[in-house]
Amino acid sequence: MTIFIGLIPSLPLLGFLIIALFGKLLSKKIVAIMGVGSVTLSAVFTIIAGINFLSSAPAGEACTSTIYTWISAGEFTARIAFVLDPLSLVFCFVITFVGALIHLYSAEFMNDDDGFARFFAYMNLFVGSMLILVLADNLLLLYLGWEGVGLCSYLLIGFWYKEPENGYAARKAFIVTRVGDTAMILGLFLLFVSFRTLDIQDLMQQVSLKWASGSLLAVISAVLLLGGALGKSAQLPLQTWLPDAMAGPSPVSALIHAATMVTAGVYLIARTHVLFALAPVVMAAVAIIGAITLLIAGFSALSQTDLKRVLAYSTISQIGYMFLAMGIGAWSAAVFHFMIHAFFKALLFLSAGAVIHLLHHEHDMFKMGGLWKKIPVVFITFLIGGASLSALPLITAGFYSKDQILWFGWSAVTGSHWLWLAGIVGAFLTSLYTFRMIFITFFGEAKTEPGHPPGLVMSVPLIVLAVLSLVGGFIEMPENMGPVHLFSRLFDGVLPHVSISEGRNTEVIFQILSAGVSLSGVWLAYRLFYKKSSFALWFKNSHISNFFHSGWGFDKAYDLLFVKPAVWLSEIDKKDFIDLIYKYIAKATEYLHFIFSKTQNGKLRWYVLVLTVGIVVILTFMISL
Amino acid sequence: MNTIFYIAVAIAIVSSILAITNRNAIHALLYLIISLLSVSVVFYILGAPLIAALEVIVYAGAIMVLFIFVVMMLNIGMEEETEKQWLTPKMWILPLILAAILLVIFIYVLKVFQYEKTSAENIDPKQVGVALFTTYLIAVEIAAVLLLAGIVGAYHLGKQKKKTIHRFYVKSPSDKKGII
Amino acid sequence: MVTVSMEVQILFAGLFFLIGLIGFLVRRNIIFMLMSIEIMLNSAALVFVIAGSHWMQADGQVMFIFILTVSAAEVSVGLALILQMYHHYKTLDADALKKLLDSDVTEK
Repeated sequence: MTIFIGLIPSLPLLGFLIIALFGKLLSKKIVAIMGVGSVTLSAVFTIIAGINFLSSAPAGEACTSTIYTWISAGEFTARIAFVLDPLSLVFCFVITFVGALIHLYSAEFMNDDDGFARFFAYMNLFVGSMLILVLADNLLLLYLGWEGVGLCSYLLIGFWYKEPENGYAARKAFIVTRVGDTAMILGLFLLFVSFRTLDIQDLMQQVSLKWASGSLLAVISAVLLLGGALGKSAQLPLQTWLPDAMAGPSPVSALIHAATMVTAGVYLIARTHVLFALAPVVMAAVAIIGAITLLIAGFSALSQTDLKRVLAYSTISQIGYMFLAMGIGAWSAAVFHFMIHAFFKALLFLSAGAVIHLLHHEHDMFKMGGLWKKIPVVFITFLIGGASLSALPLITAGFYSKDQILWFGWSAVTGSHWLWLAGIVGAFLTSLYTFRMIFITFFGEAKTEPGHPPGLVMSVPLIVLAVLSLVGGFIEMPENMGPVHLFSRLFDGVLPHVSISEGRNTEVIFQILSAGVSLSGVWLAYRLFYKKSSFALWFKNSHISNFFHSGWGFDKAYDLLFVKPAVWLSEIDKKDFIDLIYKYIAKATEYLHFIFSKTQNGKLRWYVLVLTVGIVVILTFMISL
Repeated sequence: MNTIFYIAVAIAIVSSILAITNRNAIHALLYLIISLLSVSVVFYILGAPLIAALEVIVYAGAIMVLFIFVVMMLNIGMEEETEKQWLTPKMWILPLILAAILLVIFIYVLKVFQYEKTSAENIDPKQVGVALFTTYLIAVEIAAVLLLAGIVGAYHLGKQKKKTIHRFYVKSPSDKKGII
Repeated sequence: MVTVSMEVQILFAGLFFLIGLIGFLVRRNIIFMLMSIEIMLNSAALVFVIAGSHWMQADGQVMFIFILTVSAAEVSVGLALILQMYHHYKTLDADALKKLLDSDVTEK
């Protein structure tokens, strides 16, 4: 059983190596088979390991497989070891399963591209790194995976490197997440200095023993780790990179920026929840950041014209929900929402990619239209994904996961009514912009003619993900609907349960409220964007819309605060004043050479004089000793 | 005996000083020869008659004569002006200082190490010969080789290539030196 | 025979050496330099002989003979070189020999 655990991240990495080294020599078909096959095999092994784990070990006990001792220096050892417990099992399942479907999709999507082998190499490397991240048993190995996914994100965003904008977007993503990564490594340093170990199990035990709740060190290290999570998960204030990252191909957006990498922050916080629980200030900050981010992103998505940017802001918003849930202590609800979100967001990105591909790389929604008759499969899957995103009641999986978060937001002991209010407004915005997107893209008169519909290889993943977006929620249903707690039972020993203060009866009211909100969002979108009212036209050209469109001006603010001063500093430092030190060292050496070379003047008597002086000096020293 | 020693040493020192301060080369060399002769007297007093003789024969008789030959060949006795220019009093300061320091060091070292007094006896040429050809045989051979090298080197280095014009050479307008 | 203490004898030899040294440093004429070298060699040989007579062994005199040999060889070669120099530079100035130095170094 432990062998499977080790194989899960190794297979994609092996695939990366083979494709990277021999990709130019192999045919596209073989590359595709290897790229897709490695991730699929990992998915199979995950399922096998999961079944083994769930049936054999009692809940909460982890299964460790140590491969190699990486660093052993003094008191510090870091092993390359993988831990399988319910949390990592869920993440692995999502990563490998959704990843396999996306790889399958991209086998046809990227077929015309020259960098086919390069694409699959990077994607496999990404999946391998992400699996290392979630399976790591110590924070150093986790950081290795963390950096690996950051690298692959950069490589894949700038995949079509011949366009300079893609390069800029990739650089922006890397730099902004770097800010978060720096905070995280500082947090790791702090933890190491305090406890001399980075092994997660050990660390969590020692943290709860040594640090009191609310102590300064706990708060600081939690804040630093939170900084890292904010960077990777594109939350406030580091959320500016994700909309620009849509410059990459759609499978990349689906895999990295919807399902997996951006949830690395969620994983980190869930993994180190003991540490966060010791700093209630930070937990509150997590929840507040989540709430504010989801609102900001929701408003920004209302004004976007690019199809993928709407989805990008939507991702930011949904991760805000996950952060909100974690901030109030509803860990399993956050992970549940993560899983469902992975399904429908990947679905949305893939079908959006299909639409863009069909319309010859047309990204602007307002230039699309009238597609629902021409590409029915894509339309129906997109519709299902959008419905799940909007949390349409009862039939979609999104309803159950989002509703659980909203319910805990109101009723949990550490929850607050303001959080619930933010979540409800966010849900309204979500369904509003989602159906705005659907109506503008698929309905109305056709402005661009589509090409031929996608083939089987692209459609099958869409269909599978659509089915999952519908039925995935049935494993965790609330109390009053025949309580099904299959999902949260998984985490019994690993993640603590959230304690609720309100009674069960009031839950119905909130369910009805959230259902009503999402449906009214659909209706409002219908009124405004299907019927093409004048309000919509006015809104589109108004100042508020521009403000939302630019992501609430964050890009401009960062440009003013950070970029311009840095550029100004580098301008005045053009002559590189630090270089002067080295220049002066060189000049001093030259000067000494000049002086010393005067002693070689070719005169015999001078030489003998110097000789004599030397003899006198030496004899004097010898005598004085 | 001691007085002879002191007189000889005094003459040696005085004549050396005169030798190095003289402006005429030949005069300086002659003074040097006097100095060498006095040193030879010192050798004799110290009980080394063989090398006293050798000093006179070889050093004063051969080496100094060689010097005089070269000086006469180069015909430099007439250049007293340049010598006056070169021997300014300013030149003497630094060497005198250095020599004084060295002298102080010498005196200090010699005072520190005390040796018991022994009287010197004559060491015969026979003893020297025996020592030369038994203990220091190899050094003698090597000295012979050294002298050979000296002869060959002196001959070769002293040779001057006379510039000869080739028999069939016809002087062209661009040829300034007249040699090929 | 001679009852002068050895320190004084060596001191006189040292004085000779210093005279030779001063002569070398002061004079600019090559011939005088060579002469000063001879004085220095002679003084060194004198020290050997003093030591030999002190220990009453023949070795000091043997060393003198070798020093003599070396001096003879060196003088002959040196004078030959001086002849060459005179023919080349037309002067006996020791400082004229600085033209032999690679001039790139000093001209900075």
